[in-house]
Amino acid sequence: MPLPEPRSAVTSTLPVGEPMVVARGLVKKFGDFVAVDTIDFEIAQGESYGLLGPNGAGKTSTMRMIACMSPVTDGTLRVLGLDPATDGAKIRSRIGLVPQEDTLDLELTVLDNLMIYGRYFDLPRRVIRERADALLEFSQLSDRAHDKVEPLSGGMKRRLTIARALVSEPELLILDEPTTGLDPQARHLLWDRLYRLKQQGVTLVITTHYMDEAEQLCDRLAVMDRGRVAAEDTPAALIARYSTREVVELRFGPGGNDAVAAELDGLVERLEVLPDRLLLYSDDGDGTLDEVHRLGYHPESSLVRRSTLEDVFLRLTGRSLVE
Amino acid sequence: MTVPTSTRPATPMWARSLGYWLYQYKRTWRGSITTSFLYPVLYLSAIGVGLGSLVNHHAHTVDSVKYIDFLAPGLMAATAMQIGGNEAMYPVMGAIKWMKTYFAMLATPLGVVDVLLGHLAWIALRLTAVTGIYLAIMALFGTVHSPFGLLAVPAGVLTGMAFAAPIAAFAATQVNDAGFSALYRFGMIPLFLFSGTFFPVSQLPGWLQIVADATPLYHGVALCRALTLGRLDAGGDLVHAAYLVALTAVGFALARRSFRRRLVT
Repeated sequence: MPLPEPRSAVTSTLPVGEPMVVARGLVKKFGDFVAVDTIDFEIAQGESYGLLGPNGAGKTSTMRMIACMSPVTDGTLRVLGLDPATDGAKIRSRIGLVPQEDTLDLELTVLDNLMIYGRYFDLPRRVIRERADALLEFSQLSDRAHDKVEPLSGGMKRRLTIARALVSEPELLILDEPTTGLDPQARHLLWDRLYRLKQQGVTLVITTHYMDEAEQLCDRLAVMDRGRVAAEDTPAALIARYSTREVVELRFGPGGNDAVAAELDGLVERLEVLPDRLLLYSDDGDGTLDEVHRLGYHPESSLVRRSTLEDVFLRLTGRSLVE
Repeated sequence: MTVPTSTRPATPMWARSLGYWLYQYKRTWRGSITTSFLYPVLYLSAIGVGLGSLVNHHAHTVDSVKYIDFLAPGLMAATAMQIGGNEAMYPVMGAIKWMKTYFAMLATPLGVVDVLLGHLAWIALRLTAVTGIYLAIMALFGTVHSPFGLLAVPAGVLTGMAFAAPIAAFAATQVNDAGFSALYRFGMIPLFLFSGTFFPVSQLPGWLQIVADATPLYHGVALCRALTLGRLDAGGDLVHAAYLVALTAVGFALARRSFRRRLVT
């Protein structure tokens, strides 16, 4: 059975070619703490844009400003061509937010949660009801429509939060860590749903600290660290620019890594020492591994893999993404 | 033929937020309405009729009326205080901390003032229902002696709001519910007992009378009593009403500030 699409096509009132979101010198401060430190970016219509970074990098603060829930401290921000400071309500009526923490009413039913949310946008009940049926189907929650939210699994709650954000048929969907805390199966299902939305032309802005999520879902990425954008490009271009084609991972057991690291330095153009392993950056992983063996080193385990955004992040910030 | 949505007048933002509270009430309305009927019957029977017969036997009248006639409007105002206070404590904290309902609303076109107004409008509706039921039961007990008694409903709502607005302001500043028990213990319970609900304030020692006169429940009780007994005194009653309106307005201004501080960061 083909899945019903929750919407026919995205109709934006924005002129063609006009970016969905523009940030120039954007700053967010909490007292003396600078959460977002003078960042610039543009998000095009229909684009899927990611903010990748560890906890505390300023992703959520940036998202909350785009969602017009948090005032801009300094710089310029335009969402749908409008200024959040003066047109917050107008912008919020045309965007959908999936916050980091679910804000569902746990004691009401799945359907009630959609009905209530639709009423905030002043949609007629009949319209919400129609959309709710399609959205519940889309979110694979149809059979739970009349169940309370409380006992649902984390993945179901997340899907409901996304369905709820789609009730108003937003032009821009903002997702703050949509899959954090979910098991792999639930994550893959969510990714599939987000991919469908993207294909329907919904502009997506996603924060995540999962590099696989960023690689799968995002056309372009801003790598954020300590409130700044360290680099911005397509996932492939970021990897090409900031990493080698392949990476050799070597594990020498507790205490062994540091000693070997000093000796292997120079074998490859870049080498990283992590608490549990060494990373050798090389365009020819197998060749490098042979070289390591020929030099008489026998790691407890070794792995040749292609470079990922994790390596990009390590290169740009000197730290791992998920610690 | 469907009507295009654009021809429908837009629902005001505060009314959309009120919609949430109406919606969630369908979960608890049965118990809540039953309580609204049961409490007045229990209180008026036990204290009004039961204890009242002792009082009447000894003193014949209190404030020159039967004890139950004196007591009932006082209890009505005290109930309004309790409902107004309760509805502004845990539900406000829950909407910030537990369910995060306010944050869900703020991601939509609603703003902070809409969220606050909607919640206060809901409390006012609850108070209307509770005081309306109270008045009906008072009438059954024969304690409403004037057509002005109907105005005791808006007077009761106003009494409740004079508590709800400032308490909502307070609740939005709290990180846990410890402050609420203090508010009950040192605020609402003493007010319930000493604001002229059960006996005239004139029975209190002089200095305590001055304190009682300054508390909001005293004014709510006095206003409701004047209306159900039909003992109107334009000047005095206007002072009572003005006091309650002023407290509601100040409470609202404070709540707007504390809601902004808590919800918009």
